[in-house]
Amino acid sequence: MKHHLILKVITKFMVGVIILFGLYVQFHGDYSPGGGFQAGVIIAAAFILYGIVMGLETVQKVVPIWIAQKGAAIGVLLYALTGVFSVVFGYEFLNYAAISPEHPKHGQHYGIIIVELGVGITVSFVMIAIYYSFADRTPRLDDNEW
Amino acid sequence: MALTLNHLFAVIMLSGAFSLVSAMLFVVMDAVDVAFTEAAVGAGISTVLMLSTMALTVRVQKKTKRQIIFPVLVVFLVGILLIYGTLDMPSFGSFDSPAQMHLGSKYLQITYKDMGIPNVVTAILASYRGYDTLGETVVVLTAGLGVILLLSDLKKRKNRD
Repeated sequence: MKHHLILKVITKFMVGVIILFGLYVQFHGDYSPGGGFQAGVIIAAAFILYGIVMGLETVQKVVPIWIAQKGAAIGVLLYALTGVFSVVFGYEFLNYAAISPEHPKHGQHYGIIIVELGVGITVSFVMIAIYYSFADRTPRLDDNEW
Repeated sequence: MALTLNHLFAVIMLSGAFSLVSAMLFVVMDAVDVAFTEAAVGAGISTVLMLSTMALTVRVQKKTKRQIIFPVLVVFLVGILLIYGTLDMPSFGSFDSPAQMHLGSKYLQITYKDMGIPNVVTAILASYRGYDTLGETVVVLTAGLGVILLLSDLKKRKNRD
């Protein structure tokens, strides 16, 4: 996509907006529709759009392959460790009241934010990693070949 | 139309458009969370992945001599059966449907007392059913690992070490 100037300019503008929207869906998920899954996919879509238009090498400078692959595991780890945290403090597994024992309500709120963040990290990095492994194998295509 | 198309590019684009339309359908039925996911995954990412797969393989479907009448007949029959099955279901949004009667209304009552957040969907997903969601996240990770293992070049990795 060497000569698609308009696509490139629009993409540069849109990527920021899409990531901002993804972060809104992520951290506002307890008040409005959305949550970790949706936000992760939206943020991954921003990076994939950037990769399609700017080329795989450019997007891999922003998110290298090893970050995408390890980040996917870190999200699950964050989720599971939240559960272990409450077990350590004498609550049931994934009972977020352990985070703030004086205010179980607040603890639940914090816990939801943390585990949704874990879900979001895993989903977005898994999507990016899947896109990388597909795009890595694709031979260079001319625009006319499509 | 997709039945008679041989160009896979057009088929993929049609399925992406179908996803977008069904996302709107979910919005109409007040399932905004599902609509989000459908629009982002169905219309967005899976279209990109299908296109990448197409770039790896072929652009045009092979011509087959087999008749498509029988499969189309089966699809129509199953569709008619499914529509017949929905006739017995409670009408959309009806007050006394089983989904509204038992667990649903209980969650609506206790969520704000327990969590202090208004979005019941998030509360159920992340807290009441937190264990399920942990499993779902692990499923996503495992699926990603599978694709990475299948598609990344093992030989290239061995040479680098």
